[in-house]
Amino acid sequence: MESKKEENRKKTSSFWVWAIASVIFRLILIYFPKNLNLSSRPEVSTPLTSLRRLAEGYWLKQSSMSPYAGSMYHGSPLLLSLLGPLTVKRMEGQPNHLLCSLLFVLADVVSAVLIRATGRKLQTAYSRSLKLLQLDSLSKSSENLSSGDVAALVYLWNPFTIVACVGLSTSPIENLAIILSLYGACTRLPSLAAFGWVVATHLSLYPAILIIPLIFLLGYGPDAPPRKLFVQRRNGKDGDNPSSGSSCLQEELFNQSKPPLTFSWKPVVQFLFWASVWSVYVLALCSLSVKQKGGLREMFKSTFGFILTVEDLSPNMGVLWYFFAEVFDFFRNFFSIVFHMNILFMIFPLAIRLNHRPCFLAFVYITISSLLKSYPSVGDSALYLGLLGLFVFELADMQFSFFLFCGYIGVSLLSPVMHNLWIWRGTGNANFYYATAMAFACFQIVLVVESASAMLNHDRKLRKLSVAKP
Amino acid sequence: MTFLHGKSTVVVTQSMALLPVRLKLIVILLLVCQLLCSTIAFGSVLDKDEEEFSEELLLKPLPDRKVLAHFHFESRAPPSISFGRHHHLFPKAISQLVKKFRVKEMELSFTQGRWRYEQWGGFDPISSNNAKPPGVELWAVFDVPQSQVDASWKNLTHALSGLFCASINFLESSTTYSAPEWAFRPDSGNLRYGTLPREAVCTENLTPWLKLLPCRDKAGLSALMDRPSIYRGFYHSQRLHLTATGSSSQEVDSGTVLEQTLTVVLQPISWITGKSYVDKANSQPSWSISSIFGRKVNGKCVLAKSSNVYLQFEKGLVGELKNLHKENANSETNKLASKDFLSYPSFELSVNPDKVFEEVDNLHSKSTSVLYEFSVEKYNDSHPLDLGLTWKIPVVWSCQQAPLHASRFLMGSGNERGAIAIYLKPTELSEGLKKSNIVDKSCELRVNVFQVVPWYIKVYYHTLQVFVNQQSRAVADVMEKIHVSPSKDKISPGVMEMILKLPCGLESAALNLEFDKGFLHIDEYPPDANQGFDIPAAIISYPDFHASMRFSEDGSLDKSPLFSKFQEKSLVLSYTEILLVPLTTPDFSMPYNVITITCTVFALYFGSLLNVLRKRVDEEERFLKSNAGRKTGRLSTLVSKLSAKLRGKPREPQPSTTASSSVSFKLIFKVLLVSGIAICWQYYFG
Repeated sequence: MESKKEENRKKTSSFWVWAIASVIFRLILIYFPKNLNLSSRPEVSTPLTSLRRLAEGYWLKQSSMSPYAGSMYHGSPLLLSLLGPLTVKRMEGQPNHLLCSLLFVLADVVSAVLIRATGRKLQTAYSRSLKLLQLDSLSKSSENLSSGDVAALVYLWNPFTIVACVGLSTSPIENLAIILSLYGACTRLPSLAAFGWVVATHLSLYPAILIIPLIFLLGYGPDAPPRKLFVQRRNGKDGDNPSSGSSCLQEELFNQSKPPLTFSWKPVVQFLFWASVWSVYVLALCSLSVKQKGGLREMFKSTFGFILTVEDLSPNMGVLWYFFAEVFDFFRNFFSIVFHMNILFMIFPLAIRLNHRPCFLAFVYITISSLLKSYPSVGDSALYLGLLGLFVFELADMQFSFFLFCGYIGVSLLSPVMHNLWIWRGTGNANFYYATAMAFACFQIVLVVESASAMLNHDRKLRKLSVAKP
Repeated sequence: MTFLHGKSTVVVTQSMALLPVRLKLIVILLLVCQLLCSTIAFGSVLDKDEEEFSEELLLKPLPDRKVLAHFHFESRAPPSISFGRHHHLFPKAISQLVKKFRVKEMELSFTQGRWRYEQWGGFDPISSNNAKPPGVELWAVFDVPQSQVDASWKNLTHALSGLFCASINFLESSTTYSAPEWAFRPDSGNLRYGTLPREAVCTENLTPWLKLLPCRDKAGLSALMDRPSIYRGFYHSQRLHLTATGSSSQEVDSGTVLEQTLTVVLQPISWITGKSYVDKANSQPSWSISSIFGRKVNGKCVLAKSSNVYLQFEKGLVGELKNLHKENANSETNKLASKDFLSYPSFELSVNPDKVFEEVDNLHSKSTSVLYEFSVEKYNDSHPLDLGLTWKIPVVWSCQQAPLHASRFLMGSGNERGAIAIYLKPTELSEGLKKSNIVDKSCELRVNVFQVVPWYIKVYYHTLQVFVNQQSRAVADVMEKIHVSPSKDKISPGVMEMILKLPCGLESAALNLEFDKGFLHIDEYPPDANQGFDIPAAIISYPDFHASMRFSEDGSLDKSPLFSKFQEKSLVLSYTEILLVPLTTPDFSMPYNVITITCTVFALYFGSLLNVLRKRVDEEERFLKSNAGRKTGRLSTLVSKLSAKLRGKPREPQPSTTASSSVSFKLIFKVLLVSGIAICWQYYFG
């Protein structure tokens, strides 16, 4: 036990060393913003997340105009009043937007810490449920590696995260809101989960679909093996010999930890209540800040409307910009409905199949929305790649992981090259850049599909093991 | 009317011959009284109702060996009572336009070439009124409620487009026109302003313009407009200015003043070769009307009230001539002491002017400009007017310039972003101001900047930077007033109006605005997408400076529309260059490929993910088992047979065979069932 504690302490200290190192690395990068010029990369700052557009919106607001007057700013008015003043403050001899960058670094660190806490929560819950199923060998192997630490470090050291943080896009804050809601749901804090969910939805709309995994998380508790197994096990135990001492212990354990079997409505109702409270609160704040100029209707039109109608055709990592730049105008509405329906269509099949693993379900949802959203950026990819680390144990048998790793590296190197060839040199054309966006989409698809199938296979393995055991 | 009266008097006198003498006297007295009364009454009505037309041509030598020719035609329609009345001189199309769309004031200009403010001047009424940006510029003020202004504007653009054979109807789209609040014109309420920088101007636009003149180009000064010589020029601007005057009451229609001007800058071909000058480069070319236009003035347009040709020598030139004259007078004899400009020995006019006017200068400068008037009335086909100017000695002068010289340029490279910079450089005038105002420290030069930027140039107004004397200054220090209406994608252009307060002793000032280039839908690109997109010219004006010229008082001058135009206080303004912004183009041949490839990716996502979710464990295991069974059915049976033979033992029956046979039996049963149903169906319903 002593040696284990020692080991744990060692692990914790090494985690913090790495975390602090990543912060220092970010700070170093922040001091060379001119040389990197990341804020103008289309992969980093989309029309929704660009801080430059936010500064323009703040300027318009300061000169007593609606921040949505030009087609520049499409973010939330709350973000405007939070970050706006920071964009104006300049310190002599310091790079512009230093305060904003520091805020983004802070957001990244907080997200990483929350991911780590979520990971620990998930891991303890999972190992307990494995013990219940008497699959101790699996749980032991999972304890060696703290998935929370892995996920947090993956999030902190992922080049995508670093680039999104240093490149002055607001995606670290959006990611923080999403992670906050997941953390709140994992730790059974309905108010926190609701707050995170409402803010994330308000900032970027797509996290709205996370309400399903959040409800599952609150109702059933964190990820566990399929509930059927528990039922089978209990029935098997009942049938075998109810008087045995060990099985009595098991029974007690079962009674102690009911959650995986029954859906508890109380936190869910609390969550819904808090969600309505927070959304009313957020809407009231928004209407206060845009009251004089246009009101809430204009706000929704130029934030959510802008997301759904894909008005801005500037190139990004997604698949929709070139499509809508080329498609015939009379098909435009049809296709924008079809593409957004594609996200919605997959919600229920996934929810039915993965309802015992709400966190993983949330990961899949986030990946799908960052794959199909209208203005994706590396910040979104950073989020789901970080969350992927939470399931490092379950997804150990995932196929094509090396291929995917190489693909991600290849695309993230090729995409700037193609962009440069097309936009700056004029030697390439739009198809070059579009091809890398397509490739990236394909890799993301492979990632989603393979991770989902690996997770289902893992469940199968568990089932086999538990069936094989007497 | 007087003629008619005369005829009636003749008739009356004939009838009067029959009457006795006494009666005659009485009747004559009565008639005279009546006539007098009637003529007075008629005359007053006539004066009010008369439509007028006048034509004028102003010629002016320019410092860079060119000649400015400025045609000025003015038609006036007085306020009238009836609605659909017939016009004698005034073009009906225009009056209908004014009535229909309730235009208060309107200006349309077609321009080719750029006005060179450094060489051709920027401070006189001609340059501030007639120097226009290339392409088409249209602005109009409407006398309708605020909500109907846009609709009136759209209808007006279509009407003008038909009238002038130009694509003015492109100004209908709300992305091309703007509603400046105060920077373009000081008191603009229902004003709309739009430009088409890339509109090509040609004779097809000039012909309908000429049709509005009562004599077209058949007689009078407009007959000079020989197309090849006009379009050969360096600058060509054809302008139409409408002003509705008079009452705004319901019954009486407002009067209209239509002012049509054509300003051309031509390069005369020097036709004097005999004399050799000391400095050939400085020598001004001698020219005549026939040498620059290829035609002569064969008399006036009969319908015109006045028809004059003017020759203007501007301030700088007159001053220079005076200096030269003084030198000559000192060296030679002192006999030419009179102020008469005709007696200058440095140049010679082929025709003696009818009148000479001198500018009454309110600015205390050493010289004033001079105007020679030539009345066309005296000339006819047999004796045409061919005004010529022959220089005897080389003269160098410079034009009067606006306080600052403005130029605009793009910065940055690549097709992603850039910056617009407006650079203001002081000219001689502002340097003079600096010297004169050196005493009071609070000297300020106010500069008005008006700039319209199309929506696909996404300007970040918060990045506005002002540099005065190459040092960055806080925007609030320099800006007196600013109004920005940012562009809305595919709806409206971005408009920026501001008043800068610049110190007098400035060496340079620069404004800098950053922008992102937009990406358009393939349908929104013009046919020549790779040529780039034009940003309309910005307007730089100086609210404290007005260009006006007042000439020595003379009764005849009041009637001349050109002179009254000169006397009007017009804002000194200059247009900057038009900017050409290349935008990135997508691949125009790709729509089908892009649609199919994107949809394939979506199908890949949807299909493969659904496939993964659909797989059930049991099914899979059964599938694997049957696979294994099939494998054993072929290869392993062979192997087992072989091994059995080798071992010499009888082969064990495969356990899977029963299962497979039952499966095959089921399959056969299903096939039979389906075929039976099909046969029955065929038999009964086929």
